[in-house]
Amino acid sequence: MDDTGIAGYGGYVPSLRIETREIARIWGEDPDEIENGLGVRQKSVPDLDEDTATMSVEAARRATDGEDSSRIEAIYVGSESHPYAVKPTATIVGAAIGATPGMTAADYEFACKAGTAAIQTGAGLVSSGVADRALAVGADVSQGAPGDALEYSAAAGAAAFLLGDADDAVAKLEGTTSYTSDTPDFWRREGERYPQHGERFTGKPAYFKHTINAGQNLLGELDRAPEDYSYAVFHQPNGKFPVKAAHQLGFTEEQYEAGLLSPEIGNTYSAASLLGLVAVLDEAEPDDRIFVTSFGSGAGSDAFSFRATEKIEETGDSKLRDDLTDVEHLDYAMYARHKDKIQEE
Amino acid sequence: MTEMGAPRFWRNIQQRYRLTGTRCDTCDTTYFPPRQLCPECRREGDVEEQELNGTGTVVTYTTVHEPSPEYEGDSPYSLAIVELDEGPRVTAQIVDDEIQVGDEVEACFRRMGEGGGDGVIYYGFKFRSLD
Amino acid sequence: MPRDVAVIGAGQTEFGEHWERSFRDLVVTAGVRALEDANVPGEEIDSLYVGNMSAGQFVGQEHVAALIADYAGLESVDVPATRVEAADASGGLAFRQAVLDVASGASDVVVASGVEKMTDLGSTDTTEALAGSADREWEVFPGGNTAALYAMAARAHMTEHGTTRRQLSNVAVKNHENAVGNDYAQYPTSIDAETVESTAYVSEPLRRFDCSPASDGAAAVVVAPADEAEKYTSEAVDVVATEQASDSIALHDRDDITTSKATRRAAKRAYSEAGVVAADVDVAEVHDSYTITEVIAVEDLGFTEKGQGGKAVEDEVTTADGDVAVNLSGGLKACGHPLGATGVRQVVDVTRKLREEHEVGLTHNLGGTGGTAVVSLLEAR
Repeated sequence: MDDTGIAGYGGYVPSLRIETREIARIWGEDPDEIENGLGVRQKSVPDLDEDTATMSVEAARRATDGEDSSRIEAIYVGSESHPYAVKPTATIVGAAIGATPGMTAADYEFACKAGTAAIQTGAGLVSSGVADRALAVGADVSQGAPGDALEYSAAAGAAAFLLGDADDAVAKLEGTTSYTSDTPDFWRREGERYPQHGERFTGKPAYFKHTINAGQNLLGELDRAPEDYSYAVFHQPNGKFPVKAAHQLGFTEEQYEAGLLSPEIGNTYSAASLLGLVAVLDEAEPDDRIFVTSFGSGAGSDAFSFRATEKIEETGDSKLRDDLTDVEHLDYAMYARHKDKIQEE
Repeated sequence: MTEMGAPRFWRNIQQRYRLTGTRCDTCDTTYFPPRQLCPECRREGDVEEQELNGTGTVVTYTTVHEPSPEYEGDSPYSLAIVELDEGPRVTAQIVDDEIQVGDEVEACFRRMGEGGGDGVIYYGFKFRSLD
Repeated sequence: MPRDVAVIGAGQTEFGEHWERSFRDLVVTAGVRALEDANVPGEEIDSLYVGNMSAGQFVGQEHVAALIADYAGLESVDVPATRVEAADASGGLAFRQAVLDVASGASDVVVASGVEKMTDLGSTDTTEALAGSADREWEVFPGGNTAALYAMAARAHMTEHGTTRRQLSNVAVKNHENAVGNDYAQYPTSIDAETVESTAYVSEPLRRFDCSPASDGAAAVVVAPADEAEKYTSEAVDVVATEQASDSIALHDRDDITTSKATRRAAKRAYSEAGVVAADVDVAEVHDSYTITEVIAVEDLGFTEKGQGGKAVEDEVTTADGDVAVNLSGGLKACGHPLGATGVRQVVDVTRKLREEHEVGLTHNLGGTGGTAVVSLLEAR
């Protein structure tokens, strides 16, 4: 697949935030312990009229700005919070960016790695010549039950990548590899409002095992060492796991800090590693190598190696930085209203 | 807005998602929503589809406290008449709380409503401040 | 008009919350009062028009003209009945159709009625039904309703013409003051500006007391050829003009959001037809669905210069003893606004005033934010 790459990219994070301390206050937890334990200071909250489809469109518009959308022949949207149980999000994105009707589309679900699965599929279609261009989106408005550990981090965001020929790319795809097993560390049954999780079981046998194996396999396949990379991006369910995984793989803070957004936006699930990639692409210079590994519960990791091209200098700012700085804070009551935790008659 | 039904919503998806209007080449005027018949030239008009870029200026606005049933859970919210750069004016919500006449805005993509808890979800354009 | 027409009888129900009375009860009561006022037996009625905006939404009833003909006992004397609809200009339009029917020579004695039964619905459903007068797809779908649209017109008027919040309040205060003593009015009580400004926002800058209420009510007038009016009554008033005009359905499509083009067009034609000017009008029933609606209307009817409508009350242009007494009944604001009834009720009130001391009366009825305007001029004999 080294004949393909990222022709355009865009991220979107809603402007609303709630601090983890505020959530801790409601549930009688120690705010310092929660904030420091998770390494998450605040998380993003979708506005009342935002969902996975609207954020996917916002990210997709940024990714395709100035591009001819009719060239997009495949759209895959990965999420664990699609607005419909049956009816694709990808068609909404396709119609909103003007890519319909000459395209294929589908929604993906693989917990937090559905977006990277979409990138692999899209890149495969472009590489094989089936699609001129493909759009891959990872987006979520994830839910955590009130008072559950997930509530401190479950956030909202979207990232979109326009995949095309390597010659058009701002970053070439050098390689990708996956590590997958059947591991029930986190799940949501059909019709259930909030997911369940295996608490500490989500750590070592799930997140770390898959992330580390996928990462090591990719480095091995490409015959690379961590020091060959300018940036390293991980799935970031909190502020601690990705740092620990980075160190285990041999990456340094200098390499992972630019792509570590969870302390300021929380866990954006399917968008988490991808928003990290967007942030890194905003900073990257030609020839910089970027290492990315996602993780999705259930469980699997997709690892990627990208290399920025000269075209990276021509792309404008993705506007993600504005989303990260221009924010408005909610108290828990307003947050509960925004997350539909107050049931109206 | 009461349940409008899937076909009625679907019919206008081009306009609601992408601000697709029409342009009359005879009088050189852009219209949104699309006009089958140019209001000025009528049958002499030469009407073609035109996509609008989605940026414009707030002409007037209000904060709605007593909305129609569909928007009851959303109030208060800002509603404005926006003059698009191509000329047409539209009524639309502004996602920012603080707005002023003359503010420059751009279209964003938001959830507009749904046909009940188990119905079709209606998406469409709102605007956000550009400053 | 091919032949001159006069109003020979007028009647209405009390406007307000008629919990015990149905849609059909209301319109029959108003019709009987109008016919008694005109001394016209049912057999002499040639035609019936019913102005009604939304019985389908308010009481689930369509085909209301036939219903009313039936319950008014007009089916038995073979009277064709027609419903006309132009949102809350339906009543004004029903009156105009009745006048044209007589003017054309097709009919001699015609009843114009208007009716709305609104209080069977709750407030949000009422908001929803009212919003049917706006552009459903491009004003209501994005979150608008009539109050929100008029609120945007108010903001534009304040921005462009310096109209103040207090000037809007003055309209409500004046109309409530006028309603005192009107036995038919829903709210015949005085209020002050501070009270208006302490009520909750409906859509900023408009507050609860800037809005006309939801009302039940009906009104009816009987029209006949002017030269035959004396046959029935000594209190006939002449209809010297009735004109109607359209504007874009959506407020955002207006060239000027603070102007009702339909009002200007209809008024211009009406003045011309009647051979009078705005200054000749000494009593007017003006559509004040919101306080801003009256501010804009008095400009477009020519009672003030453009942009000066906000000052009309404080400058005593539109007060009871001003240049033109606007809404002596209390208007839609205080008398009540049973949508389809209002345009006919305006004619009823102007007829009453012309029978007393006034000379030239005007009615102005708007549909929604002004997609339809009906302006009629009546003169005392």
